[in-house]
Parts: sequence; structure tokens; C-alpha cells
Amino acid sequence: MEELYNFLSSLIRMSTPLLIAGLGLVFSANAGIVNIGTEGFMLVGALMGCAGSYWTDSALCGALIAMIATMLFSSVFAFFVLNMQADQTVVGAAINIFASGLTITLNRLIFDTTAGVPVINTFVPVPVPVLSGIPILGALFNQSAVCYLAFLAVPVTWYIMKKTHVGLEVRSVGENPRASDTLGINVIRTRWWTILLSGLLSGLAGAYMSMGQMSFFVEGMISGKGFMALAVVVLGCYSAAGVLGASLIFGAGMALQYRLQAANTAIPYQIIAMLPYVITLVAVCVMIRKSRAPAATAMAYTKE
Amino acid sequence: MERKVPRIEGRAVFDKIYFPVVSICASFLVGGAVFALLGFDPAAAFGGLLSGSLGSVGAWGETLNKAVPVALTGLSYAVAQRCGVVNLGAEGQVYIGALCGVLVGTELNLPGPLHILAVLAASFLGGAVFGAIPAMMKNRFGASELITTIMLNYVALYFVHYMIAGPIKDMDATSNYAQSKQMLETAQLPRLIPGTRLHAGLIVAIAALLFYQFFLFHTTRGYELRVIGLNRTAGECAGMNAKRNTLISMFLAGGFAGLGGACELMGVQLRILENCFNNFGFDGVAVALLGGNTSGGVALSSILFGALKSGATKMQMKSGVPTATIYMLQGFIILFVVGKKLFDYHKLQGRRKGGK
Repeated sequence: MEELYNFLSSLIRMSTPLLIAGLGLVFSANAGIVNIGTEGFMLVGALMGCAGSYWTDSALCGALIAMIATMLFSSVFAFFVLNMQADQTVVGAAINIFASGLTITLNRLIFDTTAGVPVINTFVPVPVPVLSGIPILGALFNQSAVCYLAFLAVPVTWYIMKKTHVGLEVRSVGENPRASDTLGINVIRTRWWTILLSGLLSGLAGAYMSMGQMSFFVEGMISGKGFMALAVVVLGCYSAAGVLGASLIFGAGMALQYRLQAANTAIPYQIIAMLPYVITLVAVCVMIRKSRAPAATAMAYTKE
Repeated sequence: MERKVPRIEGRAVFDKIYFPVVSICASFLVGGAVFALLGFDPAAAFGGLLSGSLGSVGAWGETLNKAVPVALTGLSYAVAQRCGVVNLGAEGQVYIGALCGVLVGTELNLPGPLHILAVLAASFLGGAVFGAIPAMMKNRFGASELITTIMLNYVALYFVHYMIAGPIKDMDATSNYAQSKQMLETAQLPRLIPGTRLHAGLIVAIAALLFYQFFLFHTTRGYELRVIGLNRTAGECAGMNAKRNTLISMFLAGGFAGLGGACELMGVQLRILENCFNNFGFDGVAVALLGGNTSGGVALSSILFGALKSGATKMQMKSGVPTATIYMLQGFIILFVVGKKLFDYHKLQGRRKGGK
């Protein structure tokens, strides 16, 4: 019972950053943007969340600062990809390299790392009355506010993408930017806000990793989760519900990894640590056939 | 002797030099501004960077030593890119290459030069086979190499960590760190210039650059590879096998990266430590992009990035600017290279005249 409760709780905590970043990417990916810079965005979010919490003594303010800072950072990506029509993959790679240097430098400037790890306010679990008392399933209702928000954002994203005019615009820009343009949709502006939104959410995802899963920032701590978020979107067939499902699968893999490490099995921990990455590889190979990318994916648009 | 060089207009040649130079200048300007913003002294930082990388013969040797592996990982990205594949997996290919190299270099007993060649061959093959995996996943399942190569990097990293902490751990070492045994004397690269640490990996890198140039532009296979990269449909209509070319380009890409791991292993590290090859793969991406995926460009930009890496330590000593900041500079360089529209003087001229 205890085991199952812990596993479920850990699963939710592991899925949350993938879900948050993935939902942001649903918008930009449907608009035809391949954003491998998500990794770098999350890194910036993870650092700025801790910095914000360190300055203001409030995890909530930290999260807000992380979201704003990462959104500003994502405007660099948007500018080069949309206004300079630069290759999306290359700009994303540059963003990741830049972010790794930036976060290491800022980390040493903001915090006095020689004096040990600073103690900051982190996201605390907010038990839902009554529901959190349910055996086993109560684990779902004893999480931090960010987790609840992430799961509530799924139907909202689904509704926006599938049922509103805005969602239709985003999807049409990803499928056929030229035709969308002739219908009076501002392609560049639509893509701009989807990238900023995905930056904002990646920032929150990063902040959750440093303040929800851990209690402080560690250099290079995102270690591929941004790319996993990208994989989650592809596997989830670019839909909010699909992203939820894929995040839960990946989250289960990571939760299993930590359970195995704690269980003291004969398997060396380095091999267990491979698990989430191997699961991603297998999933990408087995399930990708069903997924279809928007037609104008990774193509720059110039108005004629 | 008449050379069949197509006539290039003066402007095109000018463009080829203009854009990289302007991009690099802009990167240092913006980088300097960011340094100042963070409270560092940009002049002292760049001064340290310069003297640490090019200030003496020894510094030059160090710069070239750092250039060798990134030139090879640069070729790794370039050869895949020529075939339309984005190889973000050089990082893992370097590790697997080095792992194969360390096995041959510590377990086999061979005479000097032969041993070095055997290590190079093992590293090439190891990296190449590991590089072929994402190509097979792409061909068979349509899995995007953007995701698979990155995931394989982590698999390779953890596997090497496992190996050096267990099966191939150096049990005689005084420290308890996870590390492999040291390469045998016969499997260490000789120094090229006395008084510097410049090692013979430079020759490997030059040979690889020449091979890259010859293979792409003077063989049928290289031609096919480029056609597939430029226009997959056209290539297939002409009877070329896109999947096979993808596989070959990734095989070579992994091989180049593996060689990079071998050179660093035999010339500098002499054993595998945890994280000792980190970032070589991503440095290679930057090198290839700045060099425009050409052999000459890769050679020049690898020297630039080698200088950044070797100068970084002195920069930190002299001005207190952390070495990690060179990654910010690298990021800027790539951004400005691909965002070259920013400096498009054709357009700027047009705008001044009031036209489009």
C-alpha cells in the first residue's frame, strides 16, 4: 500500500514538468515550430525560479519570476526563427548552448556557492480536503498547487486548440501559412505568441523541477527533460490529451527508476538511470507512426 | 594545368567571408556587453582570452589541441547535415568511441604506431556503429533524429559511467574516483613540437578533413549523399537510395566523432574519467555551423573554438570571468551566423534607397 502510494505520488511529480512544458509546446508545435530550445528554456526557468524564491522568500514569486524571465528569453528564439527566418533546429541548439553557459555563470554570481547550498522556499504539497484521505489514490490529491494547475490546464488547452477560433488559427498557421495569410491571419504574430507562451510554460516547468522535485538549482539539471517534452508532444499526436497520456507514461518510467534505485536491486544505478531515456527511444520508435506533424513544420514563412 | 573551378562572382566570395566575420565580431560585441552587464570587465576578459589562447607557442599548442576533437565532432555534424540529417548525438558517439579506444589501448599489447592505429580504428568503428542506430530508427520507424540522438547521448554517458565504475575500473589507482586504466605507452600520441603539449591528433584531424573533402566532392557516394541532402525527392527519382545514404552519413558521422574521442583520449586525458568528454559534441555543432559544413570552414572555426576553450582558463584567472561564459559566446556566434539576415547589406542598401 505504502509502496503504491509513494509510486503514484512520484509518478505525478515526475510527469508534471513534462506535462507543463508539453502543453506549451502543443501551441508552438501546432503552429509549425520545432523548438529544441525547450531544454535551455527549462534550464533558465529552473535557475530563475530559485533566484526569485531566494530574493523574495516566496516560491510563488519565484515561479512568476521564472515564467517572466523565460518568456523574455524565448523572445530571442522567436526573433531569430520568425523575423530572421533562421533554421529552427540550429537556433534551438544555440539557445541550449547559451543557456548552459548563462545559468552556470548566473548561478555563481547570484548565490554564494562556496558557502553551501542556500535554503529557499520551495513548492509545498497542498492536500485537497477529504480527497487526499482516500487510500492510495489520495496521492493524487496531496501535491503542490503547480501539479493541480498542470492537470487542470489539459482540458483548457484542449478546448482552446479544438473549439475556439484562436486554436483554429494556430493550427491553420502550422498547416498552411500561405493560405492563412491570405485569409487575414497574421502568421508571424500567431507564431510569436505561441513561442512566448511555450517559453512561459517551460519556465514554470523548469521552476517546478528545481523547487518541486528538488530543493535547489543544480548545473545542467534539466538533463534532457526538454527533449523529452518534445518527444511527449510528438507521441501525443500534438494534442493536449495525448500529451497528458505520454507524460504519464514517461513519468511512470522515471518514478520506476527512482523506486528501483531505492529498492537496492543488483542492477547498477547507472543502468537504471538509463531507463527514462530508453523508454523515450522505444516509445518514439513504436508509436510515432500514428503521429502526423503539421505540414509546415520547421519551415520559415516570409510574406510576399 | 587548367582547373575546373566554376567562376564565382566577386560578390559571392565577399559574402562567404563577410557573414562569418561580421557574425563573430557581433558575437564578441554583444558578448562583451553581456559581460559588462554581469559586472565583469570585458577588456580584461578578452585580453585574458587572447593571451591564454594565442599569446605564446605553448598557448598555440594548447589551442590546436583543443581544436582537434571539435574539428572532428564538427565533421560529424557536417557530414550528417550534408545528407539532411541533424546529428545532435556526437556527444554520445565520442563517449562510445573513446570507450572502444580505451579497451584496445589498455588491454591489447601492440608495437607503437600499430597500437595507435588500432585504437583509432576501434574508436571509429565504435562511434560509427553507435551513430548508425539513430539512422536505423529513422529509416525503419521514422523516428526523428532530433529526439533519438539526444536520448542516445544519455544512454552512452550512463553506460560509460557504469563501465568505468565497474567492469573496466582502474583498481590500482590511489584515488577512489571512477576511472578507466591509463592507456599503455604504445597507445599514447607523441608530442609534435617539443616544449608544447601539441599532440599528433592534429594529423588525424587534418587527414579527416581531407577525407571529408575528397569523399563528398570526388566520389559517387559523396555526390549521392549531397543530392539526398539537398532534395530527397529528386535524389530518389534519380534512383538513389535515400535510406542507405542516411545510414552511411550517420555511420561516418559517428566515426568522425569516435575519432575525436580517440584523439582526446590518446593525446590529453589518457584515460576515461566521469564527464571528461562533455560538450565536445555540441561544440562540434557550433563549429560545423560557423564553418558552413565545408572542410576549410570547419578547420578555421575549430581553431576559433579551440582558442575560446584554451583561453577560457586564463580569462578566469585574470578577470574572474567564469569559463562557462564561453558557452554564451558560442551561442551568440551560432545565433548570428544563422541569423545573418540581421547583417544583410544587400537589404540594408536597398532600404537606404527606399526600395524593398
